[in-house]
Amino acid sequence: MRVALFIPCFVDQFFPQIGVAMVQVLRRIGLQPEFPADQTCCGQPAFNTGFWDEARPLARRFCAIFEPYDAIVCPSGSCTAMVRHFYPELLGGPAAATTKTFEFTEFLVKELGVADVGAVFPAKVTYHDSCHTLRELGVKEYPRKLLRCVRGLELVEMAAAEVCCGFGGTFAVKFPSISTAMADTKIESIRQTGATHVVSTDSSCLMHLDGYLRRQKIPIKTLHLAEVLAAQ
Amino acid sequence: MNPIARQFLRDANAKAGDRQHRATVQRNIGLYDAAVARGKARFADWSNGRARLAQIKWDVVNHLDQYLEQFERQVLANGGQVHWAETDEQARQVIVGIARKHGVRKVVKAKSMTTEEIHLVPALEAAGIRTLETDLGEYICQLRGELPYHIVTPVMHLSRQDVSRTFTEKLGTPPTDSAEELTGIARRQLRQEFLTAGMGITGANFAIAETGQIALTENEGNIRLCFSLPRIHVAIVGIEKLVPRVEDLALFWPMLATSGTGQAVTGTNSLVGGPRCDGEPDGPEEFHVILLDNGRTRLLADVEQRDALHCIRCGACLNACPVYRTIGGHAYRTTYMGPIGAVITPHLRGLNDWAHLPYASSLCGACSAVCPVNIPVHRHLLHNRRSATSQKAGGLQAVFTVWRWFMQAAPRYRLGGWLARWFSRRGWAAPPWTDTRELPIPPAQSFRDWWKNQ
Ligand code: SF4
Repeated sequence: MRVALFIPCFVDQFFPQIGVAMVQVLRRIGLQPEFPADQTCCGQPAFNTGFWDEARPLARRFCAIFEPYDAIVCPSGSCTAMVRHFYPELLGGPAAATTKTFEFTEFLVKELGVADVGAVFPAKVTYHDSCHTLRELGVKEYPRKLLRCVRGLELVEMAAAEVCCGFGGTFAVKFPSISTAMADTKIESIRQTGATHVVSTDSSCLMHLDGYLRRQKIPIKTLHLAEVLAAQ
Repeated sequence: MNPIARQFLRDANAKAGDRQHRATVQRNIGLYDAAVARGKARFADWSNGRARLAQIKWDVVNHLDQYLEQFERQVLANGGQVHWAETDEQARQVIVGIARKHGVRKVVKAKSMTTEEIHLVPALEAAGIRTLETDLGEYICQLRGELPYHIVTPVMHLSRQDVSRTFTEKLGTPPTDSAEELTGIARRQLRQEFLTAGMGITGANFAIAETGQIALTENEGNIRLCFSLPRIHVAIVGIEKLVPRVEDLALFWPMLATSGTGQAVTGTNSLVGGPRCDGEPDGPEEFHVILLDNGRTRLLADVEQRDALHCIRCGACLNACPVYRTIGGHAYRTTYMGPIGAVITPHLRGLNDWAHLPYASSLCGACSAVCPVNIPVHRHLLHNRRSATSQKAGGLQAVFTVWRWFMQAAPRYRLGGWLARWFSRRGWAAPPWTDTRELPIPPAQSFRDWWKNQ
């Protein structure tokens, strides 16, 4: 099986450690993923802002670059949802890439049947359901299943796990006060669990929460799920 | 930015920082969420029910001409009268005309968002016709001089104490903490009015094509008094409110109630079929139905988005929306607020003035997940955004043209990424972000650099 890494532009440039962690986990379970170096961005920022004509050539480009692979794995539910659910609408029909692109936890648990990747992470952790992972991809159990297999890790559920963190791409800068108030509400829910870490499958939510946590000097850490799974 | 969008930003900013408001709304929606969870558990298969409702509404919306004519024929056959109103102005004229013709001095009005949409109360008052809201929530709004905060629960933003204070101020009643007593106060104030009003105005939750009836859903029983006691009953009905058959209510009623309040069915459900006939003991002498377009046919003409007309105004998407919960219902300044309001208002009232609403969303999709008629609400927000940029792209066009240039080839992309990290390392800040949040600390190398060097 030829497995391609789809590393969203955002992760590539600002959170490379998430991509690295994903590679480590995939190698640990015996896969040799490849990185098609021509990849850039899936087009989501333009698409979500209403610039579909700007997003379309990037969608076509993505499909061509990832054509030769059997599976495309991505450490972002949001970018996976873009490819799987929004490309068909943007391109006016189905494309091969749309059916073989997987979010990381979905790839591990559903496609490969792996739940225990041998990770060790002794901490009290709460999981934030990123909106696109949960509602576009329908992924709710896989990340939790993976977390429960991590040695030393205690998973505690927050009341508002499924509520948006307030990022929403350009929304966060177009409507900063609404976006920040939403982060505030979310963080209140995280705090009530007593967790030391909040874990998710999308680095954009985590960047948003982390930015607010640091500004408020609240000592809760954000981590991408791949980073937890890579820890030993 | 247009003045309506600027006003929205001001209102939204104010409410976003109002923790008292947030606490009240979170508490009220928390109660709602718990009730809805219990309500949905009563259904053998909620998602199958949603698919069925969507199918019925699809049929209605895609054969609207036929169903409307069938409905009209049936209303006429039952002895009622039908008026077609293309605009809010026409609808107001018809209603004021009916009231004048019969010398009506006082109107009792049931809860109806459609009457809000056409700004009926000010028009009646201007014509010298006293108009009383009879729904408890709307009555409180009227006393406070406020618009409804929510399409189902008009005073969701108020606590019991707030209501008690309003009554004390406006009616001089002693303060109380009991919900029952508050309801009692309103009921005593209103009872007399029902008996002396010349005309009752209602909306309709559903209009049934095969029988020419309208269906009205409520908990307080005031709607029933509105259409049964006065001599004249006027119902204002958006043309999308049709359902084909009476039996369709067997699913619409419980699913509307469950999505709206968590109830199995609401306390009172009425089917109104026309004026009093010979030998009948009660009912109005005249029954008028006003079928309102007011922009709905524009939405109908949009094949991609016409399923937004499936909406049964249950309010679930408002309650689920984290933006609505944060900024509240008044900030929108629209009759239909929240996610569905952000979808339909640009169609009903013009994209030019209302394009900011579809952008005021994080696209989290909670709206679509709860909608009982399966409207892909957040996808329509994306469609509205696309329509907005193709109508007037503004300064962002340049941004995305440049962005696309960078993204279309890996070397340019690498350069762009390197520049972005270089700038942010030097403390280059984007105030809309950095006013309230820290920026991520940019790494020395990208993932692709790591991959190459490993
Ligand atoms: S869009 Fe759906 S959820 Fe929102 S009010 Fe209409 S029917 Fe209810």
